[in-house]
Amino acid sequence: MNTRRELNRLPTGADLRADIRRRRRRGLFYRWLLLSSIVLALLSLTTLLLNIANDAFGLVALEYRRDPDTLGPAPLAELEQDQLIAILSENLSRNRLRVLEREAPLAQRSVEELRTLVLEEVARQRVVESATLFDSLFQRAATEAALREHHPNARIVFRSWLNWSFLATPMASQPEFAGIRTALLGSLWVIGLTILFAFPLGVGAAIYLEEYATPNRFNRLIQTNINNLAGVPSIIYGMLGLAIFVRALSRLTSGQAFGIANDNGRTILAAALTMALLILPLIIINAQEAIRAVPRSLRQASYALGATKWQTIWHHVLPVAFPGILTGNILAVSRAIGETAPLIVVGASTYITFDPQGPFSKFTVLPIQIYNWIAQPQEEFRRIAAAAIIVLLVMLLSLNSVAIVLRNRLRKSL
Amino acid sequence: MAEHLSTSARAAGAQPVPIAERLRRRRRIGESMIQALLWLCGAVSILTTLGIVIVLGRESWLFFGDEAVSLIEFFGSTTWQPAIGHFGIWPLLLSTLITSTIAISVAVPIGLAAAIYLSEYASPRVRAWIKPILEILAGIPTVVYGFFALYFMTPLLRAIFGPDTVQIFNMASAGLVMGIMITPIICSMSEDALSAVPRALREGAYGLGATRFEVATRVVLPAALSGILAAVIVGVSRAIGETMIVAIAAGAGPNFTFNPFQAAETMTGHIARISGGDISYASIDYNSLFAIGLTLFVMTLSLNLLSQRIVRRFREVYE
Repeated sequence: MNTRRELNRLPTGADLRADIRRRRRRGLFYRWLLLSSIVLALLSLTTLLLNIANDAFGLVALEYRRDPDTLGPAPLAELEQDQLIAILSENLSRNRLRVLEREAPLAQRSVEELRTLVLEEVARQRVVESATLFDSLFQRAATEAALREHHPNARIVFRSWLNWSFLATPMASQPEFAGIRTALLGSLWVIGLTILFAFPLGVGAAIYLEEYATPNRFNRLIQTNINNLAGVPSIIYGMLGLAIFVRALSRLTSGQAFGIANDNGRTILAAALTMALLILPLIIINAQEAIRAVPRSLRQASYALGATKWQTIWHHVLPVAFPGILTGNILAVSRAIGETAPLIVVGASTYITFDPQGPFSKFTVLPIQIYNWIAQPQEEFRRIAAAAIIVLLVMLLSLNSVAIVLRNRLRKSL
Repeated sequence: MAEHLSTSARAAGAQPVPIAERLRRRRRIGESMIQALLWLCGAVSILTTLGIVIVLGRESWLFFGDEAVSLIEFFGSTTWQPAIGHFGIWPLLLSTLITSTIAISVAVPIGLAAAIYLSEYASPRVRAWIKPILEILAGIPTVVYGFFALYFMTPLLRAIFGPDTVQIFNMASAGLVMGIMITPIICSMSEDALSAVPRALREGAYGLGATRFEVATRVVLPAALSGILAAVIVGVSRAIGETMIVAIAAGAGPNFTFNPFQAAETMTGHIARISGGDISYASIDYNSLFAIGLTLFVMTLSLNLLSQRIVRRFREVYE
């Protein structure tokens, strides 16, 4: 009864058409509103990237104690290795030379490094002021004039803070001479070891859970546990690493057990173990999905031919699941490369000027170097932080695009 | 061939057990060893959890066992000053809650709206473009977001509200950028939930003359509500556990304030700052970090469990 009365009250004729028009208009309005949220997300991504580019390039005012091009027989850029060494030994005090020789013999250093040394030690180059990319591009004249007014003796040049020597030189206290060499190598060491630990463990656990585990209590516990571990904040893993790998197992992670003189366990090995635990759940979950996607018929065919369980897994399931497993692993690794918080807790050092020598070295990694530079007050550190971020993002994006290409290929082949 | 036949015949004659049965019974040491090894790999995850619980629990036990500390003060006091023996977690907890609330109030509307658009409106081609871009947004390291918060969001806020109101380090900019960070997570989880709603439900509503927007908000959204709720909870848990953005942009030093434009250290930020220095293992400072860590762990774990529970319930409805 009730419904019929309501039906009678529904609009008809012109009212109905007006009502439909109104609802359509409302729908259209909200459609644009929803779309605007996506636009907003894209906008923030663009702003973020532009903001970084804005800091990584731009005009700088350089001041020299001595003009670098009058130091040798030719302009600095054209000098050979022995000429550079000659300039250094002429102009530097004997003590300073000895310190430099002890860090690394001058004769063994590359031309790039020597040139930087001459600029830093003899010409005493200083970036006294730097401008952002947008100011340098769109208000070039005004920016240049301002720089010239502040520093009448300075040379004004366009500088890309991201350049070859930035990649190739180690950390330094002056932002214009600081580079990310040690941090990059540290990142590579940590990631390499992390893969070494996490890959076999993660894939092994996934095989166990998908192929062997019967649905009993213990196996269900493992599964729930892995899902929960994936949601534990990364800094908690850092605390686990600090208490177990750095402190409790310090004889092992510091390398004392292998005769290496290290006073504590804040080493690459401890960091890699921590990182491995952190990305393990991700690897397991991804590998499980890849293994689950392998058709049952494949396994049954193998069993029918008399293969054992492991033979079936090794020769039939894993090769088919491999691209999927690899994709998951790459994504996990790219997460590990950008992860900062656990390594701060585990104790990556921030000021390290020598290359990591092995798993028992003290180390720094790229994100921690960036964090350290962001925390510095001078503007030039912010510029090199931006340049280092570009390096980090390029690394991550290329890894992720490899993963995406792999995934698309896989989707086609299935 | 003949030889083979004769052996199997002989075997059958000598032993009544059929060959399939014998093969099954045969001991394969290699196979069992591999299985045990794989089991161990699975067990590592249990060990990790145990490790976390034991480490956090043990050090927290030491912390609360100290005579300078009481449980009542820890959960009741609003000053955290280890130097003079005051350990009240509220300043740290409050700023964690404020930054997370800001983040969630940014991420939920944007993420949900984007999810609805992607699942209900977007053509497959548009989706093929948008989703990888959202994945990029999700894959950017948090230290980069920290840079963005400090050097873009903070100046922006200071330009809008005035540099006197907004401090250089403040919770608002950290929270806003954290919102951008968790938007892709909420978006992709909600989109999964929306896409899982059966087509028939939508078609029924279209058949009754509903517009696309009405179908989306009155039929699909309520049907996917539990999945969306789970996404929001995961987002909250991410925000609470996020470290680098707040460590960079929210400020150093505990500060009990409700004003989001002021600097205040969060739980994660405090752990990162204190443990980054050379801290001695025996000190009460060291132990106090683990008490904060335990609080953090319990909070995020219960949120994650809640979200999983909701998802499991939601799956039961449609399978």
